[in-house]
Amino acid sequence: MKILVNGDWRETVTAQLGALLEELGYGQSVVTTAVNGEFVAVSARTRTALSDGDRLEVLAPMQGG
Amino acid sequence: MLQLYALSLSSRLLLGSARYPSPAILKDAVRAARTEVVTVSLRRESSGERAGQGFWSLIRELGVHVLPNTAGCHSVKEAVNTAHMAREVFGTAWIKLEVIGEDDTLQPDVFGLTEAARILCAEGFEVFPYTTEDLVVAERLLAAGCRVLMPWGSPIGSGRGLNNPFALSALRAHFPQVPLIIDAGLGVPSHAARALELGFDAVLINTAIARARDPVQMAAAFAHAVEAGRAARLAGAIEPRDMAEPSTPVMGTAFRP
Repeated sequence: MKILVNGDWRETVTAQLGALLEELGYGQSVVTTAVNGEFVAVSARTRTALSDGDRLEVLAPMQGG
Repeated sequence: MLQLYALSLSSRLLLGSARYPSPAILKDAVRAARTEVVTVSLRRESSGERAGQGFWSLIRELGVHVLPNTAGCHSVKEAVNTAHMAREVFGTAWIKLEVIGEDDTLQPDVFGLTEAARILCAEGFEVFPYTTEDLVVAERLLAAGCRVLMPWGSPIGSGRGLNNPFALSALRAHFPQVPLIIDAGLGVPSHAARALELGFDAVLINTAIARARDPVQMAAAFAHAVEAGRAARLAGAIEPRDMAEPSTPVMGTAFRP
């Protein structure tokens, strides 16, 4: 299936958010996530199922005003 | 002391962390500004790049309080979800709430802002709304649960100072107990001194320091201006007059009949 990760389509067979983040290399990073525009807490990642066409945002601390 | 929600601060200068020439200069500017609160944001992180991880380590080393923003959000839903993401990453209930309504001026969408503020205050966030000088909007934000307001001086990054000092003074007079922080648009230290002289509790500066030729020196200059403005407010300024009033006593002046 295809998941839109930070604006880029990624092909994957991993249908669970926690596992997909590992697969994408975010394992140890301080990041926060939203699926289809809704925040998904760290504690909910392993029970969050993904389906074809979902939009995933992976955000990290950045400079801001 | 400046009281922002449960926190008491000595410094009345809040600093943005964006647009510095380098992380080292940001670090030195934070120290020169003697600031205790630095604003931060969230952006997309590619797994290979890890830019956010380095930035977060740098901020933690500085030992300052962070005020995450919802910059770039144009809707209530975006702002509310961004606030939740920021709370998780930064481990703070503070959120500088921005809901942008217009891209040329980056003017707040005050309708979306009050709605997002209502939702977030109910969810336990300590909201710092980036708003205009509008008195009625300020009333609504306070009714929504905000305990601090951040009216703009002028459009973000414009460096134009206090665009509407009359309305800002009215805001100050109308809410004597609410911490008011001028956020956005200040260009030089005299703008910051003016804001404190008018009775504002603090200022938030980013571009004016980060894009100065020497950001570290400018950070120190703003710190002095904020202290001077605050001291002047406490000291009580004279009323302006139209005509001269001799400062040297006229009694006993020589060569008079």
